[in-house]
Amino acid sequence: MEYVIEMLNIRKEFSGFVANDNITLQVKKGEIHALLGENGAGKSTLMNVLFGLYQPEQGEIKVKGKPVNITNPNIANDLGIGMVHQHFMLVDTFSVTENIILGMETTKGGVIDIRTAEEEVRKISERYGLAVDPQAKISDISVGMQQRVEILKTLYRGAEILIFDEPTAVLTPQEIKELIQILRTLIKEGKSIILITHKLKEIMEVCDRVTVIRKGKGIGTVNVSETNPNELASLMVGRDVVFTTDKSEANPAGDVLKIKGLAVKDSRGVQAVRGLDLSVRAGEIVGIAGVDGNGQTELIEAITGLRKAESGSVKIKGKEILNLTPRKITESGLAHIPQDRHKHGLVLNYPIGENMVLQTYYKSPFSKSGVMNFKNIYDKARKLIKEYDVRTPNEFTPARALSGGNQQKAIIGREVDRDPEILIAAQPTRGLDVGAIEFIHKRLIEQRDKGKAVLLISFELDEIMNVSDRIAVIYEGEIVAIVNPKETTEQELGLLMAGSKRKEAGEETNV
Amino acid sequence: MSNRTKNILVPVIAVLLGILVGTIIMVASGYDAAAGYTALWNGAFGDVYFTGEVIRQVTPYILAGLAVAFAFRTGLFNIGVEGQLIVGWLAAVWVGVSFDLPKVIHLPLAILAAAAAGALWAFIPGYLKAKFRVHEVIVTIMMNYVALHVTNNVIRTVLSEGKERSENIADTASLRSPFFEGLTEYSRLHWGIFIAVICAILMWFILEKTTKGFELRAVGFNEHASQYAGMNVKNNIILSMVISGTFAGLAGAMEGLGTFGYTAIKSGFTGVGFDGIAVALLGGNTAIGVVLAAFLFGSLKVGALNMPLEAGIPNELVDIIIALIIFFVASSYIIRWFIQRMSKKGVK
Repeated sequence: MEYVIEMLNIRKEFSGFVANDNITLQVKKGEIHALLGENGAGKSTLMNVLFGLYQPEQGEIKVKGKPVNITNPNIANDLGIGMVHQHFMLVDTFSVTENIILGMETTKGGVIDIRTAEEEVRKISERYGLAVDPQAKISDISVGMQQRVEILKTLYRGAEILIFDEPTAVLTPQEIKELIQILRTLIKEGKSIILITHKLKEIMEVCDRVTVIRKGKGIGTVNVSETNPNELASLMVGRDVVFTTDKSEANPAGDVLKIKGLAVKDSRGVQAVRGLDLSVRAGEIVGIAGVDGNGQTELIEAITGLRKAESGSVKIKGKEILNLTPRKITESGLAHIPQDRHKHGLVLNYPIGENMVLQTYYKSPFSKSGVMNFKNIYDKARKLIKEYDVRTPNEFTPARALSGGNQQKAIIGREVDRDPEILIAAQPTRGLDVGAIEFIHKRLIEQRDKGKAVLLISFELDEIMNVSDRIAVIYEGEIVAIVNPKETTEQELGLLMAGSKRKEAGEETNV
Repeated sequence: MSNRTKNILVPVIAVLLGILVGTIIMVASGYDAAAGYTALWNGAFGDVYFTGEVIRQVTPYILAGLAVAFAFRTGLFNIGVEGQLIVGWLAAVWVGVSFDLPKVIHLPLAILAAAAAGALWAFIPGYLKAKFRVHEVIVTIMMNYVALHVTNNVIRTVLSEGKERSENIADTASLRSPFFEGLTEYSRLHWGIFIAVICAILMWFILEKTTKGFELRAVGFNEHASQYAGMNVKNNIILSMVISGTFAGLAGAMEGLGTFGYTAIKSGFTGVGFDGIAVALLGGNTAIGVVLAAFLFGSLKVGALNMPLEAGIPNELVDIIIALIIFFVASSYIIRWFIQRMSKKGVK
């Protein structure tokens, strides 16, 4: 079998840090080849080498058997290598067609010939089953559609080998299904695909072969048909990984968090949470399952004081906290792992050590009469960094420089260390690899076993099913059902989340 | 190369490039560049009188630079230093001419009045930003014009009877220093330089050492995370503008109580507040950087006055050199890129 891409013994260093150490990747024509590794294992570096953004210190790249020297992305384009980036590179105010032809516009007498271009785009999109309106504006179409535009861009440039960088990270389950269909069509039309991912499910579903890298080193390439998720996970992490989180029975005691008739409007003034009731008891984890956009964000923001609620009541251990300032709520014993760690969780320009005291800097021993005590702050930070296995060169490194998983571990360390009565974890494992996910789930359960209350919000059903002791299903701003994870199925949850069993479920809750 | 060295190297290279291009312009316009720079040097350091004048000029530059830098470090762009300086100047002189008090009370009172006036002038854009998200750049620019014309009117109608300038301030409110004057052959050097240096230390202390500074900088970097962490974002935005305005008002006091001893109707801006933006930029928005950059700008400004006398070169050329330095600092990205390339080659 002929290889379309061969990357042999690639080595890439960044000022003393070896990102790729002797990695070999061989992709056959017409296959979907997965590149699997933890966050920070060196996947993106390797692909950027292939795409001409980085020059390797050692190693050889061959395209269709011929040695090539890819010094910039234009050469990669000419060789038929196209990349679909994780963060889309699109101009929001341009139309689909304008984005696709950007940089290689078809012109007629110095004027862009948009008609011909649209025709061309339409032809390509029909051929590969990428239904998209060539005249639509990027800002008006969904994320899934935008990704199709990215794919079309590479096809328009004549790509034969397509690199997908974590393509499912931003998609809804429905869009993921459609993407998988698109990947299959592309293969049928003779393309080859490299899929960068750390999601094992996807690999098992669509890929032919998988190359695993770990901490910058190539671990090996295996056929997907001859392996299983457990083996892949242990190859990736370097030890055995347990998927179903081990936990004992919950021993719930009295209510810690009690929400009654909570009503919250979203930023556009639309009612997002409509008279929601929910309670979380000491020693249990309540998971909120629901499709994105059913009021989860507004619910968390109202509980944590980031958004004003219209009416209702939120009590922590009997004390009303609704519409208090975030500081007062924090001091009432609430900790919050925010959904968006870059927006809310961290001051990225601050050293990771100073981020560790973001809510407590004004208290002893971190400051005295308004003057910071940096020695105590960094002592604390060092302790947390060690305890929560945050991988960082040192405590003075800006939070920005840490990988997503390590940023998240730092936030969790900070929040759990305050020993809160109620911990709100909003999508705590989004974008993380299996090793980090396992770690975070363990910490949540530990917190529960200490007799604290945990409220978990996640769009990953697996996570909700695995970790929660009770599942509350949210639909259009209301809790429509409360189910026991041991007695429910993904199908049932899916139906509840879609609102189809709303009525019956509503009755159940009242029982 | 460490980041620290790079941060120092970039402004130094920018200054050298500015001087280099300035030389080319001088030569191209038919002037003797060597004579020009000699005259510039002599005009700043050739005589103790000139050096005294340099330090006198450096004083308001430091304070204006601190005002811009403080706001900038907390995520705000205070273009209104000029206006805050003008109202500070007026307030200082107003107190200076209106009261008859012993020096220990009169002088501090006049200085505090200037600080309060600057703070108030900056409070307005700070409040509008915090409350209604009105961009501070727009408001501060407009506040500059309001300050200019309001103070002119006050000078004409309140501080004098239709005259062009106020009376001289009472001696008890003056920063003038016979000691310094004797030391520098009767330059206008005054005690204000100590106030400026103390303010530089204060800014460093507030930003780097206090919990308030931790909050102010956090709000500047990421309002959302600051809110999440329980900080009061709105109050911090207002406070940051007020502190910035305080520095700017003090810069006005330096002019009113030190250099001039009176205030006069202005046909246009003093320029010190705008130069403060350049000083802050060149100084990397740090306290020590601002002091050094103010020293450079003060030397250039004062030294330039000697260029037409000694070398027959128009002193506008110095303004061009200053503009070029700012240009190169602003485009420091190019310099950084260049340094990176050079140091990479060095390793290989």
